[in-house]
Amino acid sequence: MLSVITVESLSKKYIIGRPKQERYATFRDALTNGAKRFTHKLRHPFSIPENNSSREEFWALKEVSFDIQQGDRVGIIGRNGAGKSTLLKILSRITEPTSGKVSIRGRVASLLEVGTGFHPELTGRENIYLNGAILGMSKTEVKKRFDEIVAFAEVERFIDTPVKRYSSGMYVRLAFAVAAHLEPDIMIIDEVLAVGDAQFQKKCLGKMEEVGTEGRTVLFVSHSLPMVSSLCTKAILLDAGQVVKAGAASDIVSFYTKGDSGPEVDFQSKKIGDEYARLLSVAILDSSNAAVTHVSINQAVRIAVAFEVLKDTTRELLPRLDFMMDGGHYAFVSFAAAKMQRYKPGKYRAVCHVPANFLNQITYFIGFGIVSYKPTRILHFYEHSACSLDVIDPLIDVPTRVKGMPMNDFPGAVRPVLDWEFEELD
Amino acid sequence: MSATQQVLIIESGRSERHYWRDLWRYRELLFFLAWRDILVRYKQTYIGIVWALGRPLITMLVFTLIFSKFAKLPSEGVPYPILIFAALLPWQFFSSAFSGAGDSLISNAGMISKVYFPRLVIPTSAVIVSFVDFLIAAIILVALMAWYGFVPSLRIFTLPLFILVAFAAAMGAGLWIAALNVKHRDFRIIVPFVVQFGLYVSPVGFSSTIVPEEWRLLYSLNPMVGVIEGFRWAILGGNTQLYWPGFLLSLFLVVVILATGVVYFRKAEKTFADVI
Repeated sequence: MLSVITVESLSKKYIIGRPKQERYATFRDALTNGAKRFTHKLRHPFSIPENNSSREEFWALKEVSFDIQQGDRVGIIGRNGAGKSTLLKILSRITEPTSGKVSIRGRVASLLEVGTGFHPELTGRENIYLNGAILGMSKTEVKKRFDEIVAFAEVERFIDTPVKRYSSGMYVRLAFAVAAHLEPDIMIIDEVLAVGDAQFQKKCLGKMEEVGTEGRTVLFVSHSLPMVSSLCTKAILLDAGQVVKAGAASDIVSFYTKGDSGPEVDFQSKKIGDEYARLLSVAILDSSNAAVTHVSINQAVRIAVAFEVLKDTTRELLPRLDFMMDGGHYAFVSFAAAKMQRYKPGKYRAVCHVPANFLNQITYFIGFGIVSYKPTRILHFYEHSACSLDVIDPLIDVPTRVKGMPMNDFPGAVRPVLDWEFEELD
Repeated sequence: MSATQQVLIIESGRSERHYWRDLWRYRELLFFLAWRDILVRYKQTYIGIVWALGRPLITMLVFTLIFSKFAKLPSEGVPYPILIFAALLPWQFFSSAFSGAGDSLISNAGMISKVYFPRLVIPTSAVIVSFVDFLIAAIILVALMAWYGFVPSLRIFTLPLFILVAFAAAMGAGLWIAALNVKHRDFRIIVPFVVQFGLYVSPVGFSSTIVPEEWRLLYSLNPMVGVIEGFRWAILGGNTQLYWPGFLLSLFLVVVILATGVVYFRKAEKTFADVI
């Protein structure tokens, strides 16, 4: 197979140390710092310039090497700050690496955001041409695929309406449609599918799979592990700017969710949360209180979540658990609605009981978050795929199953035991 | 995929090699961005592009009133409105290109941090937008000439050369301010000041012949002096004289500003996505 992307000991260094709100230096700072350095130099002409303690080095990527073959669909996963976005930015030439080398064979289209350069005042038609030019398409190319783009986005009727009047769904559809019709050899995609409704997500995934089977290469960064495992053939796990593991997507995803940190996933060092609340840990417990990663379909299971409230607030916090399936689709969501209340600062443990004979025989990716609605909606934190749960059908003592039933007779997100009533009719 | 397909190498400091070829490839984007800015500016306006005529027209009327009627400055034997307009054209082109380019990178920050393209495209398209305004405003000059029955001499055919100089001056200054603005937002505050101040230190409302002879070379350290004098020389014809030492000095400075502007921009460009 032909390597289309070869990355050799790629590193990227950022200088940090300034408070976040001062992202850009003011000219006055530059002047005074320059003057200070100059007078220092005058007084101590032979000293080595002292290391300014406020300038700290941060390696977003360190010695990263990997190879991607033609036609691969590669998922890049890892926590926030693992270096995923930096890697994509280097591959799409937005920023330069500090050292190392990347060789790319073929035309690259990177989609780090949908609708980059879209202007709300312009019509759909005008934005298609503009966005095409931004993504590197020529006018003739856009013209050739114009009808296809419009049809894919399902905005035929509104093509001459300014996009500021579009619904957010239409906006995203149009933006993705332009990028999806670039016909590049290599497509780099960052999280863009997190937006849009489920039906459109499905369509996009279909389009991306189609791209993959046409011999094109797809690089896909996502927080959604189910999406990575269903869409990608291979995956690369990054942590702290380094490649932890690379291989088949399903192996890497399960390594990341399980092997990584045991049945109880500790989030304390990751500092997930805002100034109100922070996630501490997530664990799946079986009936004997042991932390598990898989459970039989006829056993009850509990999801135990520990979180810390940092601030005495009038906000009423509402914990939620999201159960996701392969492909990024929701199985269901559970809110701790009865427990929406004020919490004093301190550590809390919330346990959600999932009854036996309710889940289906699939893998659930469980996300946990805390939200508050008054006075305004704030998502204090949300951890996608905080843990995963494999539900196994032991084939015996399962009330939903009868003997001789094929394994695959139970599609669906859940498989609950429901009451049936019968009566004989005359 | 053929084996002959070109291989892109990404390495630290390597981007220079493809830069000018990439810039050529992205020429359509250049015009699309300029087209977008022009289109957006006049959407939801009633009189649309006519606005591009209003500003210079009113400035010209006010200047004529102040400098000709009240201050009674000499007009070199041409109608004063034409004298002013011949200078107002390049000056307004320069000032709007300068402030447009200065803001261009920041207002397109989203694109810069999400998509690759040669960053020179952005300030250049801002200058092109101002150039379109310049061409529209030139209609007023033609109208003025017709009104006063003023027939330009053959020198009018040298005008494109001076337009080129004006373009170079606007590009050079625009590149500097655009790049500096990304790193130090202080320059955002300086821009309107430069534009306002520049109008008075450049010979827009008056002819530079009123500047004492011994100061003229020094005066030409303002590159726009050379540009404006060139415009007047080409448009007004007749007994308008071009002060050559001053013009050459201005021309030299324009070239220096453009060259250093490109170099500085190219150097700063590498970190735009990281600091914007």
